[in-house]
Amino acid sequence: MSLQSNEFVTIRLAGQLLGIPVLLVHDVLKLQNVTRVPLSPGWVAGVLNLRGRIVTAIDLRNRLGLPPRGANEKAPMSVVVDHKGEPYSLLIDSVGEVLRLDDTLYEKNPVTLDARWREVSNGIYRLQDELLVVLDVRRLLDMDQALAA
Amino acid sequence: MDDLLTEFLTETNESIDTVDNELVRLEQNPNDKAVLDNIFRLVHTIKGTCGFLGLPRLESVAHSAENVLGKFRDGELFVTPGLVSQILEALDTIKMILQGLEQTGNEPEGDDSDLIARLDLAAEGKFEDAAPVAAPEPAPVVADSRAETEKLLGRSLKPGEVTLDELEAAFAAAAGPEEVEAAAPLAPAAKAEPKKARVEAKPAAAPVEARDGEDGGAKGNQSIRVSVDLLEGLMNLVSELVLTRNQLLQIARRNENSEFSVPLQRLSQCTTELQEGVMKTRMQPIGNAWSKLPRIIRDLSHELDKKIELEMKGADTELDRQVLELIKDPLTHMVRNSADHGIEMPAERVAKGKSETGHVRLNAYHEGGHIIIEIADDGRGLNVDRLRQKIVEVGLVSEAEAEGMSDNQIHKFIFHPGLSTAEKVTSVSGRGVGMDVVRSNIEKIGGTIELDSVAGKGTRFAIKIPLTLAIVSALIVESGGERFAVPQISVLELVRAAPGSEYRIEFVNNAPVLRLRSRLLPLVHLHRILGLEPKTANDNDEAFIVVTQVGSFTFGIVVDEVFDTEEIVVKPVAPILKNLSVYSGNTILGDGSVIMILDPNGVANATATVQHNQQEDSQEVRARSLENEHESMLLFRAGSENPKAVPLSLVARLEDIDVSTIEFADGKPMVQYRGSLMPLVTVDDKCQLVTEGRQAVLVFADGDKTMGLAVDQILDIVETELKIELSSESNGRLGTAVVAGKVTEIMDVGHYLKLAFKDYLRAKPQELNAANAQQPRVLLIDDSSFFRNMLKPLLAAGGYDVTSVSSAEEALALREEGEVFDLIISDIEMPGLNGFEFAAEVRGQGRWADTPLVALSSLASGADFEKGRAAGFNDYVAKFDRDSLLSILDEQLELTRTAA
Repeated sequence: MSLQSNEFVTIRLAGQLLGIPVLLVHDVLKLQNVTRVPLSPGWVAGVLNLRGRIVTAIDLRNRLGLPPRGANEKAPMSVVVDHKGEPYSLLIDSVGEVLRLDDTLYEKNPVTLDARWREVSNGIYRLQDELLVVLDVRRLLDMDQALAA
Repeated sequence: MDDLLTEFLTETNESIDTVDNELVRLEQNPNDKAVLDNIFRLVHTIKGTCGFLGLPRLESVAHSAENVLGKFRDGELFVTPGLVSQILEALDTIKMILQGLEQTGNEPEGDDSDLIARLDLAAEGKFEDAAPVAAPEPAPVVADSRAETEKLLGRSLKPGEVTLDELEAAFAAAAGPEEVEAAAPLAPAAKAEPKKARVEAKPAAAPVEARDGEDGGAKGNQSIRVSVDLLEGLMNLVSELVLTRNQLLQIARRNENSEFSVPLQRLSQCTTELQEGVMKTRMQPIGNAWSKLPRIIRDLSHELDKKIELEMKGADTELDRQVLELIKDPLTHMVRNSADHGIEMPAERVAKGKSETGHVRLNAYHEGGHIIIEIADDGRGLNVDRLRQKIVEVGLVSEAEAEGMSDNQIHKFIFHPGLSTAEKVTSVSGRGVGMDVVRSNIEKIGGTIELDSVAGKGTRFAIKIPLTLAIVSALIVESGGERFAVPQISVLELVRAAPGSEYRIEFVNNAPVLRLRSRLLPLVHLHRILGLEPKTANDNDEAFIVVTQVGSFTFGIVVDEVFDTEEIVVKPVAPILKNLSVYSGNTILGDGSVIMILDPNGVANATATVQHNQQEDSQEVRARSLENEHESMLLFRAGSENPKAVPLSLVARLEDIDVSTIEFADGKPMVQYRGSLMPLVTVDDKCQLVTEGRQAVLVFADGDKTMGLAVDQILDIVETELKIELSSESNGRLGTAVVAGKVTEIMDVGHYLKLAFKDYLRAKPQELNAANAQQPRVLLIDDSSFFRNMLKPLLAAGGYDVTSVSSAEEALALREEGEVFDLIISDIEMPGLNGFEFAAEVRGQGRWADTPLVALSSLASGADFEKGRAAGFNDYVAKFDRDSLLSILDEQLELTRTAA
């Protein structure tokens, strides 16, 4: 791991703190105007226009097997990442800050972690108050695996 | 890499391709001086430029090749396939070196002394034709391994990338240590040559200029080279510009009289022109995709020992570069397939009475906004039995299903992954990866592929692809609250349907249909396909129907709302959504929102599979109906309570006529229908026309004659095995059958046609030959489905076991299959073999030589009768004359029985 790769954008999803390597994040935006794509897998929330680029929106809650967002919860935010040259927008509940984390805080995935999480998690950082799960964006968006999920 | 070298590479690559093809031409016409000069000049230019740029390896190979060519030119050597192979090998080496150059900027390491030695030997006239057998050409292997590698990689090789096999081939081509020694005496000569060449180098540059001058006219160079990336970049920018323009126009539409509107108009105009201009730069003649084919065919015919001629028509037909790139590989693959599987060995061809040389024909032309590319060969056609066996082996369908499938349905399986019917895997094809990839590649660009194969005659593929992919006109529709774009090109028309209006959605057993002019159009509700909530609970409320055509299949897509059309820039969907076949892409609309573009192909596949199959099946039934296949019957009620039925295929239309429009002439009811009079008849005398409101009518048509059968109520359409249990004595009924669990009278349409057109027919009372103990087998040949459908039930009711086919060729095919009939009824006027020719053929030879033949025709003159007899017909009967037909059949069969 190079030095920069342990800088993370923290996001929150159903109460859980997650981190995405900061270099992968292109944009953070309020979700607007998502066009639904009928027949697509449940975790594809739709497609949207980001400054002339068509971005596929991924419902991260659905992808990770979390309960859907309640009706009276806040409108979701979105983090735009690139995967194999294609932009994807990850729908999340809220965005936190950019954290630089020390390698000594890093732990491998606990064996008890749910299989669906283990598959997309790159390990865990022990923060003071809580744990941060590092999202492996590559595996999260890898089509074959995603389709199998 | 410096610019000079890049320029050299592009130019040389082009030259090499030309030389490849010219050489193949030269081999066919060894005396064509012009071709030879052209080749010589090109190779010479390559050599000269190499020397100029300091590329010794390339130069020495080119030089040796040029030497041989020089001898050809001076008449010191004759052009033989062996020598041409040697030069082609030299060209392959040059190509390999060029690839290395492109990759690294330096000539790859390697030793060509073996090749050079052989070329020099050849130049001295010491080369024997036997040599290339011992040293096979590496080219086909390379080409093939390339395809293989590309498959492994899942992408095409980038220019300059080399496959393993190519490397191996290169090593093999390079001489080993011993060979170097053997070639050593020649080496000094090779070394000496470059020096000479370098002297030539400067003058050699001159012809290049001169040639450019020729092309560009006297004014000098009129064209420039632009890199593809630059053009792609431009195209993308223009696409964005179009989108932004659309957005602006939308805003301007909301604010009328804005001061922006005039400049905006201008901007819009310019954008359109710019778009067209840039599109034009992307257009390339399809010949570019074909340029490698003559060489491939040449190599193949040598490798396989076949004689194959490649004909190319319409090579200057232009299409988008991007499309061109995408169809290049499928085309090459298909041509290879045709040559490898399709064309037979020369001996086999001669034995079949074909010319020794097989032909592969390529043809391209524009049709509407599409380009059609045909690839046809006159080879053996698809092996249906083998395919059938194979698909059962692989487990795609069960044996029983396979048996029940028509040849056409079986043919389609070649597009399935993992099927190859080649008896053995050759280096060329037969690995079972291919046609499925071809199809998916073509479908990816919104194209379709059709296949037509006749055993022993050849196979023909027709590819239909859009001219361009980038910008299309699309219709914006809404369904289930979501908007979608439908490419305008597949939209035939729009129909608004509402209860009570002229067009309304009706249901046949829950399947929505629309009466559109003379046809029933199957419908699909878009929200159903896409699993969206319908706007209204009721399916037959007001809706819009987008009449869509996919291949030969026309259907209607029911949507809630239709907006305007918009020029859209098709952007591919994200890989995650790629497997959703109902979308062909997505785009950003004028208002900035993203919209999914529907792929009519996918929509048809997703939902209408059933309808599609049914339609195909009905075509099959018409084309060839063996055994007791299922018939679609239209059930209706007229007169009595129990249902009556007619074969649906006989019904031209269902009409609902306003009673007030019924007029009487000569005491008979008729209506004005489509500009002519249509007589109305009732099922029997007891039955009356309704006196007010609307009258349901079944319309039967034959040629320009139409007849309406008044009925009380149209009930249903059912698929049933038509088995007439009791034949009927009363007029107008063929008999009684059990249809959909109910006793149903099967009506005789012929009877009503007679009623309606008295003058058209002669009636002779004749008793029906009721159920014969052993049903005589009758073969009915008629190209008109109407007559086949009319006569079949009639004959069935007369106690015959009827097999009907649509052409004499099909009938003869049955003869080949060993079918035996007691009697054959044949139409006279038919496309292909006509009745007379058919009779002569049957009488001439084979197992049917003694089978009674009855001619059936609407032409019933004495001369025809005599001609029929002369051709071998035993008797002659006029169409529509059902009674005399039956009596003649009886008579003929009686004759055969007594004779036996």
